[in-house]
Amino acid sequence: MGDYTFRFSKSEKRLVAVLIIIPMVLLFIGVYGGLMQTLFRAGIIQSDPFVGGDYYKGLTFHGVLNAIVFTTFFAVAFGNALIPYSLKKNLNVKVAWTSGILMLVGSVMAAIVILMGEATVLYTFYPPLKAHPLFYIGLTLLVVGSWVASANWVPMYLQWRKENEGKKTPLAVVGMFTTFIVWFIATLAVAVEILFMLLPWSLGWVDEINVMLARTLFWFFGHPLVYFWLLPAYVMYYVFMPKLAGGKLYSDMAGRLVFMMFIVFSVPVGTHHQYMDPAISSQWKLLHGIFTFAVALPSLITAFTLAASLEHAGKLKGAKGLFGWMWKLPYFKKENWFFAYLITGLIIFIFGGIGGIINASYQMNTVIHNTAWVPGHFHLTVAGPVMLAFLGGSLYLVGQFLNKTIRLKTWAMIAPYIYTIGLLIMSYGLKIGGLMGMPRRTNTGASYANPDSVLYQADWMPYIDLTVIGGSIMFVGIVIYIISFFTTVFSKSNGPEEDAVVTFPISEPLHDEPSTWLRNFKPYIIIAIILIVLSYTPVIYDVLQATYGGSLPFSPDSPVPLR
Amino acid sequence: MDNSEKLALGLSGLLLVLFFGAIMYAAVAKDIDVPTCITDMDPFVTDTLFQTGPDTYELQMVARMWAFQPSTVRLPVGSTVDLYVTSQDIIHGFKVEKHNVNLMAIPGAINYMRVTFNEPGEYMYACHEFCGAAHHTMAGRFIIEEDIDEPEMDGGSL
Repeated sequence: MGDYTFRFSKSEKRLVAVLIIIPMVLLFIGVYGGLMQTLFRAGIIQSDPFVGGDYYKGLTFHGVLNAIVFTTFFAVAFGNALIPYSLKKNLNVKVAWTSGILMLVGSVMAAIVILMGEATVLYTFYPPLKAHPLFYIGLTLLVVGSWVASANWVPMYLQWRKENEGKKTPLAVVGMFTTFIVWFIATLAVAVEILFMLLPWSLGWVDEINVMLARTLFWFFGHPLVYFWLLPAYVMYYVFMPKLAGGKLYSDMAGRLVFMMFIVFSVPVGTHHQYMDPAISSQWKLLHGIFTFAVALPSLITAFTLAASLEHAGKLKGAKGLFGWMWKLPYFKKENWFFAYLITGLIIFIFGGIGGIINASYQMNTVIHNTAWVPGHFHLTVAGPVMLAFLGGSLYLVGQFLNKTIRLKTWAMIAPYIYTIGLLIMSYGLKIGGLMGMPRRTNTGASYANPDSVLYQADWMPYIDLTVIGGSIMFVGIVIYIISFFTTVFSKSNGPEEDAVVTFPISEPLHDEPSTWLRNFKPYIIIAIILIVLSYTPVIYDVLQATYGGSLPFSPDSPVPLR
Repeated sequence: MDNSEKLALGLSGLLLVLFFGAIMYAAVAKDIDVPTCITDMDPFVTDTLFQTGPDTYELQMVARMWAFQPSTVRLPVGSTVDLYVTSQDIIHGFKVEKHNVNLMAIPGAINYMRVTFNEPGEYMYACHEFCGAAHHTMAGRFIIEEDIDEPEMDGGSL
């Protein structure tokens, strides 16, 4: 597809392949967990038929493996592929492998204690529910590994800047650095939470913990986390998609502006997850709400720029009229299967984006906070555009880095459409259920959806049933994808490894402006730090002022504290 | 930037300003707000309900694994309740169906919201934050009736 190719070393190729293939296995365990959850919630099963354990254990590994492990691995693998390719410089493989091994060891450690039932704390791991210390250590290793990976790219980039003075940094590199700048700032808070609060407390070195403080630090991390998921997908949308559609990126400057806006506004927004929390004054919650609206702006710019790019592509193919271009895009071309993953994600993101603005809308959050609406929403974002772009990207990367032709292309092309249909049905069920008051993170099958229970809610049932139907269709979509993925992985490679080169579909800009004011990360990082200090100092102050006492650790199985 | 981009950017900004204006209107003109910091209240460990005026009550509610105390609250139509919620063990959530009351119950902090019941009926409150193995059984209800003289509560520590 692309013209320019780059020769990666054998070791680099193997690393990227490992960072994609092992998490794919973990993802599939998580996806299986997702299917089981819809069955639990409808009361069809009472315990997991294969893994064992209850709904909440399944919910924990579903959330941790899919939303934290798979996404982090993909972002690192994608950076390890795209940054050397775009800068024409090889990775320092020793550092890169160190990072990969840290991440693998950490993830497997966390996965084992979760599957043993020793860490049923969900992916938000709010204290005073206590997990096995290895759960916290595993997550720390995963995060530290990702830091090491991104630190490895910094000298490459500085060297490139020196050699290419006055040139614009490739947009793909801007996007990947943005991803990891946001990630680094965000993970600092969760590192403080884990290393100074949760880990010593779970090991018994300290007795008590301030629950509100831990929770606030978590959400300092928790919202930028969603941009860490989203940004690699944005890189694919801006850099790959216009070319895959047969056109050009409508505006290069828009892409650069969007990434810089994410650096500035990703973090000082976390308290919008805590609108319903005590011990934080409502005016600071409102301030975080204002910044959340500011971070919606880059997504609206993206909606315009991508639609304009696709319109341009459609018109190049002879489309006429205002909407004619929509029918000229390569939706069902099996040779262009990658496009299917990106366009389905974009369509889903229309609903995901609207839902996000509703959630951020301060008082309106009262209606939906912690109801089933919320998982309905974030499946339309992280399990929609992010998941689909990462699946498409994973298949593309293994094809390139293992030097293999993608097998079962028709399957690969059709999987995202099947998944999308299922996802829309499931999310509709969850969202409407949520508006009726159905709580999230709740094994409804054992109470609210059980006709024998005093808590039975007959009017929720149609929507719970919709999540079973939607979830099953999603699962079928993923199975089809996984078959294509592993058939490709285990197929014969296209000749000797030494000749193999890697290419990416890099789009050219249609409007290419110098955008000198968007060329340096530094001013935007400084503004981000200022906004973080301004928005979080009063929040932390409130939390420390308005809370009393500390909390002993609890297990999910008993109302009596563990010590 | 070409003209279409400028237009799109302008409209996007305008849209967000409009949304934000709606939030401010609701907050300022309609006095609809989210929970705030409560510092003028002593920590409580048992639940209490008492009358503070002709139609107003104060309810101090304790959430614990795996029940709300009280689990049933019976009040006359037209009651306004100052609702204080806390947790005595881990994090719980509290939402009253068909009413805009949604509070996190967190150990070491007191949460507050005011609610008025104008229609008779039963209003369930279900715990909406994962709180352990029996989380899905943690629920209670307000029963609002036309003709009661004395407010009552059950399942509490009284």
